Amino acid sequence: MRQQRQNRRKSRAQQPSNRLHAYLSHHREVATFSLGKLLQAPVASFMTIAVIGIALALPGAFYHFLKNAQAVSQSWDDSAQISLYLSQDISDEQGQAIASALADRAEIISTRYISQSEALTEFKQHSGFGGVLDALSTNPLPGVIIAKPNLSRHQSTQLINLVNEFEHMPNIELAVFDTQWVARMYAILDVIQFAVMIVASLLCLAVLLAVGNTIRLDILARKEEIIVIKLIGASDAFVRRPFLYGGLWYGLFGGFFAILLISLALMLLEGPIETLATLYNSQFSLHTLSPSMLLVLLVSSSLLGLLGAWLAVSRHLAQIKPR
Amino acid sequence: MIYFEHVSKRYGQQKDTLTDVNFHLPMGEMAFLTGHSGAGKSTLLKLITGIEFTSRGQVTVNGANLSRIKTSQVPALRRQMGIVFQNHQLLYDRSVFDNVALPLKIAGYHFSEIERRTRAALDKVGLLRKEKVNPVTLSGGEQQRVGIARAVVNRPLLLLADEPTGNLDPELSNEIMTLFRQFNAVGVTVLIATHDLSLIEPLNYPQLTLEQGRLIRNELGSERPQ
Repeated sequence: MRQQRQNRRKSRAQQPSNRLHAYLSHHREVATFSLGKLLQAPVASFMTIAVIGIALALPGAFYHFLKNAQAVSQSWDDSAQISLYLSQDISDEQGQAIASALADRAEIISTRYISQSEALTEFKQHSGFGGVLDALSTNPLPGVIIAKPNLSRHQSTQLINLVNEFEHMPNIELAVFDTQWVARMYAILDVIQFAVMIVASLLCLAVLLAVGNTIRLDILARKEEIIVIKLIGASDAFVRRPFLYGGLWYGLFGGFFAILLISLALMLLEGPIETLATLYNSQFSLHTLSPSMLLVLLVSSSLLGLLGAWLAVSRHLAQIKPR
Repeated sequence: MIYFEHVSKRYGQQKDTLTDVNFHLPMGEMAFLTGHSGAGKSTLLKLITGIEFTSRGQVTVNGANLSRIKTSQVPALRRQMGIVFQNHQLLYDRSVFDNVALPLKIAGYHFSEIERRTRAALDKVGLLRKEKVNPVTLSGGEQQRVGIARAVVNRPLLLLADEPTGNLDPELSNEIMTLFRQFNAVGVTVLIATHDLSLIEPLNYPQLTLEQGRLIRNELGSERPQ
């Protein structure tokens, strides 16, 4: 008996230094064990993984297309400008003076005055109607001030107010916010982005439920094993661990499957989009998934898997006796 | 080691499964718990392992009063004891080695230590050569020996067995009993529940006999331990 106690003391004394190492190697073992369990029933596992993959591929793909669309429209962001058409009787000096007065205002970054003659030259160059103008005895084009507002596209109300104010100024015939359609498109993109977020949240919930349900069935199937392990002194954490790793694996593989699906969709869409872009004289092409996007997908799918498993485990393990 | 003081156990509104049970099993002793099936043997063992808790009275195991223990402390309590089940309760999705090593993994031992101790326990029950096979391929007697190896691998202070020879022929049963006696000889406290009197009568160990939940024979005594 004394000999036994001494042995026990000795082995306890050597434990602490090894404790962390033993803990980590236990985690590694449980992770491998859970992976093995997944692979033992490949069809059933694949079905869960496919559900997760499809559920994540949808918001993932939407988000990716949205990012592409935003990248295209980004280049238009600078071009927000207001064209002010002056009355015909305004001289070049007066036009310059108005332009510089406007430039002093806080909401205007800069102004550029285009004189009547400059406007005529520009029109002749770009419109192709130069010959028609030659037939006229006087220059019908007014002087124009191009004003760059110090407002972002999101401040559309202020932009419109500014345009209205300009229109009521003397000497200004017409004020046109050139890039109103850009603002509208941005607004549409915002709406779509919001919708994608809602759909994504719903689908994430679906992933939680899919993983949770799979883990629940797993717990029920291994009930006897859980009871035995508890009877030989396993803590709740020890019992929980293989199921949590199971959820993590489901999530991770689901993430990979989602990436596969999105890449496949991008490949299929590449041809049609190129044709469309050619018709619009555009160099636009779809980007492939960026590394950060891949990382976000994999990490979030793994976390969803883990969380789903956690929900199932905390709910169902408590029901298994002995506690 | 195990001290029962006026212990009664009742499930729901039924009549008592155990009524006013008193005994003290001192450290290092070995005893048999006998009685017909349904006499309350399994319930008594469940009270020791923290699967069930007393309705009245107190159970003390290795100095810990089980009526005052928290649920979170039960696993640590169970790690101090080895439990041998009638139907082995082995896990058939892993090898003999992994079955026996499980208590050590739960206790958080380093792998080299797990390997050494598991081999030693398997050697003790004569199954070292079968460490890699799946327990489902073993005979009933061999499976029970795996169960015993798993129960003793963590060098418990207390070894509990519930009908460990239930499905075995007399020869195998004797082998199993010999194993328990060997563990007792090195200082482990042993309590074995069995209804097989022909097996234990030749062995000269104290007996506790239950009948309809009452302790009708107590060869251990019931004075409060110091």
